[in-house]
Amino acid sequence: MRGPHDVGGLEAGPVDTTTHDMSFWEKQIDALHALVGDEKRGIVPKGQNRRYVEALGEDVYNTLNYYERWTATMSQQLLEKGILTRDEIDAKVKEIRDRLEATGELELGQGEAEKI
Amino acid sequence: MTDATSSGGHGHIHRESGPPQPDDKVHSYYQILGIALQELLIEKGIVSADEVRQMIERRDAITPARGAKIVARAWTDGDFKARLLADGNAGAAELDCPMTYTELVAVENTPKAHNVIVCTLCSCYPRELLGLPPSWYKSREYRARVVRDPRAVLKEFGTEIGDHVEIRVHDSTADIRYLVIPRRPAGTEGMTESELEDLVTRDSMIGVAEAKTPGK
Repeated sequence: MRGPHDVGGLEAGPVDTTTHDMSFWEKQIDALHALVGDEKRGIVPKGQNRRYVEALGEDVYNTLNYYERWTATMSQQLLEKGILTRDEIDAKVKEIRDRLEATGELELGQGEAEKI
Repeated sequence: MTDATSSGGHGHIHRESGPPQPDDKVHSYYQILGIALQELLIEKGIVSADEVRQMIERRDAITPARGAKIVARAWTDGDFKARLLADGNAGAAELDCPMTYTELVAVENTPKAHNVIVCTLCSCYPRELLGLPPSWYKSREYRARVVRDPRAVLKEFGTEIGDHVEIRVHDSTADIRYLVIPRRPAGTEGMTESELEDLVTRDSMIGVAEAKTPGK
């Protein structure tokens, strides 16, 4: 069966050819991903992330943007390897939500607040 | 200039300077999760805020100018071009642009063939030569359609390829990356290598555009 990532040759709409600079958040995730996968740490080995992305399932794959997918798979792998725990992550997410709310940096889309 | 700095003792990395950007707002659970992972990894000493900053800087420093240097040399030095086409990694290394982790295949546009690169499965891209990929390269629309109807997709980029020209689409993989050598524009015979480099755009090395014509 074709996975959600395997889109070559499928029908799709026009390409949005406008380019925008990567946001700082995207650059952070890109950098963090490279660091946890480097030779020193080897937590998320090079090449392995793609398999995790492909295993996200169609619904998740199609609703998340590119670096959100990487975030999802990075957290999975950090949990599986016992480097972080679910409780730690959940507590930190709430802490950051409260902090961003206080500084006016939070502008959650529909349905996002419920995931926290 | 963006500075990523550890501040306030909690390891939160954010902009310290420059005007606030619209995309600095946090819109989704996964964005918060990303910040959370980073802060937890810093707290545990697995990565440092400084390493994250340096990695961002290092990646920002790689621009398509590297690829342009290779293309301009290929335009002006036939022997180099032959070596580059035979062994992309060796050719790139000659110009101090090593491709360390993957095989590099250079593909040359000719009057009969136009090359385009894509990664249908994810986002494999010659980052060491072109920097970070543009957002559309990673989009479902580009990945899905360029392999089936490249002519129509190129038109969306404003690039018309004549019917007599064959379009070859190269699907990148985790192990193989491609670099398109666009055709050298007419009227550039007297130009120096560094003048030629300015004509070689990122999009022309992906193959969704031609190299720029001088004066345009």
